[in-house]
Amino acid sequence: MGITSTGPHLAVALDGAGWHPAAWRADGARPQDLLSAGYWVDLVREAEAGALDFVTIEDTLGPGGDRDNPSATGTDQVVGHLDSVLVAARVAPLTRRIGIVPTAVVTHTEPFHLSKAIATLDYVSGGRAGVRVRIAWTEDDSRLFGRRDLGAVRLEDAKQPHLRSPLADLFDETADYVEVLRRLWDSWEDDAEIRDAATGRFIDRDKLHYIDFTGKWFSVKGPSITPRPPQGQPPVVSLAHASIPYRLGARQSDVLIVTPFDKTEAINVLDEVRAEQAVAGRADETLHVFGDIVVFLDETTQAARDRKARLDDLAGREFASDTGVFVGTPAELADQVLDLHAAGLSGFRLRPATIPHDLRAITRGLVPELRSRGAFRSDYEATTLRGLLGLSRPANRYAA
Amino acid sequence: MTKQIHLAAHFPGVNNTTVWSDPAAGSHIEFSSFVKLAQTAERAKFDFFFLAEGLRLREQNGQIYDLDVVGRPDTFTVLAALAAVTDRLGLTGTINSTFNEPYEVARQFASLDHLSAGRAGWNVVTSWDAFTGENFRRGGFLPQEQRYERAKTFLSTALELFDSWRGDEIAADVESGVYLRDPAAGSFAHRDAHFDISGRFSVPRSPQGGPVILQAGDSDEGREFAAAKADAIFARHGTLEAGQAFYADVKGRLAKYGRRHEDLLVLPAATFVLGDTDADAQERADVVRHQQVSGQTAIKLLEQLWNADLSGYDPDGPLPEFDPVVGEHTVARGRASVRSHRDPLATAREWRALAEAKNLSIRELIIQTSGRQNFIGAPATVAEKINELVQADASDGFILVPHVTPGGLDEFADTVVPLLQERGVFRTEYTGTTLREHLGLDGARPGGAA
Ligand SMILES: Cc1cc2nc3c(=O)[nH]c(=O)nc-3n(C[C@H](O)[C@H](O)[C@H](O)COP(=O)(O)O)c2cc1C
Repeated sequence: MGITSTGPHLAVALDGAGWHPAAWRADGARPQDLLSAGYWVDLVREAEAGALDFVTIEDTLGPGGDRDNPSATGTDQVVGHLDSVLVAARVAPLTRRIGIVPTAVVTHTEPFHLSKAIATLDYVSGGRAGVRVRIAWTEDDSRLFGRRDLGAVRLEDAKQPHLRSPLADLFDETADYVEVLRRLWDSWEDDAEIRDAATGRFIDRDKLHYIDFTGKWFSVKGPSITPRPPQGQPPVVSLAHASIPYRLGARQSDVLIVTPFDKTEAINVLDEVRAEQAVAGRADETLHVFGDIVVFLDETTQAARDRKARLDDLAGREFASDTGVFVGTPAELADQVLDLHAAGLSGFRLRPATIPHDLRAITRGLVPELRSRGAFRSDYEATTLRGLLGLSRPANRYAA
Repeated sequence: MTKQIHLAAHFPGVNNTTVWSDPAAGSHIEFSSFVKLAQTAERAKFDFFFLAEGLRLREQNGQIYDLDVVGRPDTFTVLAALAAVTDRLGLTGTINSTFNEPYEVARQFASLDHLSAGRAGWNVVTSWDAFTGENFRRGGFLPQEQRYERAKTFLSTALELFDSWRGDEIAADVESGVYLRDPAAGSFAHRDAHFDISGRFSVPRSPQGGPVILQAGDSDEGREFAAAKADAIFARHGTLEAGQAFYADVKGRLAKYGRRHEDLLVLPAATFVLGDTDADAQERADVVRHQQVSGQTAIKLLEQLWNADLSGYDPDGPLPEFDPVVGEHTVARGRASVRSHRDPLATAREWRALAEAKNLSIRELIIQTSGRQNFIGAPATVAEKINELVQADASDGFILVPHVTPGGLDEFADTVVPLLQERGVFRTEYTGTTLREHLGLDGARPGGAA
């Protein structure tokens, strides 16, 4: 049987050589290959071999480097990366079932371009595209485009949902941006292409729709130049650490990834998200809430601790993260995710500390462990990402 | 010296050249159609695959135009996906310099160049209209006369970004822990009337040092832009005389930029119809023209010249008795061809004369005056014609536009290409791996580490 309805969904977050700053120096790492197509194909195929729901591919506007200090000019960390939407497209034809979710910055970019890019990713993957939207809030980011002064954006303001702040504006703008993506995806009805020889018409223009979006930050006319993608609406994913981004997820996302450090926090976050979801009028829609966890996995807990300590030594500091960090065995991780799943998280995005080691430990250690407990699919039960996430193909908002 | 011919495959466009009513016509949006055409082109050892761009659905008489193929994929996304199912074929996309920002386009092309191991090409166009601008947050802000000014600085800014990495910065030395030899790798700062940007570019130097640059534009400014910056020019002029004149003109502009004759290739768009015999091909060409120009399409194309609603006219009847409406174009929007009618009254006079002389209906007149196929004949005839034009310096090759998706190139690949190969004017195997190598350009753009 390929189907399980009880276990958690699982995704992995792919980023360079892994999430530990010294990951590129770990055994088996391929630091010379990070800009090659073959590297990314191998990674996504590995994730697919574990029947994971999807991979996310990290992206930032700038070259990256020190995660805690993006403008640092160090020489000891991976710097430079490819556009994640293109990486996703390059991988898509060489995989068959796994969802592929690139990261897209929405602050300085055009919703029209991103909408057709994700629709096209959905075509080239046969219905496996999603998109993770993120803001670019730093002055360094703004200077790369040179078009906007965002004002004094302070990340702390994310905890202040009732305060009007430049940060709150960026998230409200993101909600508008996603609204435009979604309207453009629906701007062609599924049967708009008619190829009617009798009347000489290729399309039924009554089934194409102007989206006529006008908001505080931009307006977009539509329709898209790209027909409605196979999934209708590719899933929208966002990551959130605090109230304002929870609100964005509650309004516009299909999958909201949150970053609790323990179960109590997870329960509190879930309460807040579900309340926002009700406020957004989406109480009866599926909004997956995934927990984000950095994982160091080995056959024994001690081995995992030792490996992490060696990596920390190489990096010259103890690993710190914006989300929970797990160090231990696949069986222990299985205990933890099942406990958090029981508490209400519908899935997990695992960030492998190193690649390939921790990625393989997920697909070849954690996944069999969960399966042996009847808590993970033995094979893909759906051909689309929406299908894997238990989301039906939605009706078109413009269809009569 | 015998010149080598360069050939590219243009994915059929969203215009009436593409015959969707043909029984063999497949999807214009399913990925399988793109794979099919690209793999045919690669099997035939073509230089590159080509995608045009149009960012707003065309309208006529205030309504979305419904007679032609409609719908396109995103250029970067589909080219990156094609890199997975091809090995040598160049992957060229048209991306305008108006509704984009240099930082983003540069990272997309540099990424495509990495992901295709050096096969990316960029056809830089200068769309400007406010109609298209309505789809973009930046809007249709650009006065027409500034479009090449922005295009030039857009391109040179993108080149600066590509060059912000030399290619030798990444050590990735596991032992010493040095990932980056140069902590400032990727740094840039650019300031002019259009762009004021600075920081670090996210994509380390790509295999070609950046995409091959194509330019498509016909005006004096467009030609100058190509002569200064482009590796190849996508041209309109596919006949002997017009081709030679254009070729001489643009090549003649190279010297003042310190560039050599061979630094800029001239590649006109070309359509073709093959047959077992020349007569057979002529017959097929006539059928295709009638498929391309239905009665309704003829009226719509006439409206584009007349700048008026002609829906009441009979395509099998005579031209309207009144003259084209001169002034702002209000009938058709979102198509480049509107601007090709630069003097509508003069064109209308010519058309009236032709219609009277040959007693042509509107439809037959449009069939005769609009886009007859460049190459019509048996494979040997077409091969001969293509070679003749190239050897006579009317072009360096052609960007072929099939009229059926996705199989419209098959016959050409199977019958014409082998004849060109026999003549020794077209490669039988790829000798290089990058698009620059296919085009006979230096292995990589200058600016990289030695
Ligand atoms: C052969 C050819 C192909 C072109 N293809 C496109 C295209 O795909 N998308 C687009 O927006 N413009 C396209 N253009 C338009 C040009 O970029 C340019 O905007 C237009 O030709 C006006 O510039 P000009 O006055 O220099 O000719 C094309 C032009 C030519 C000559």
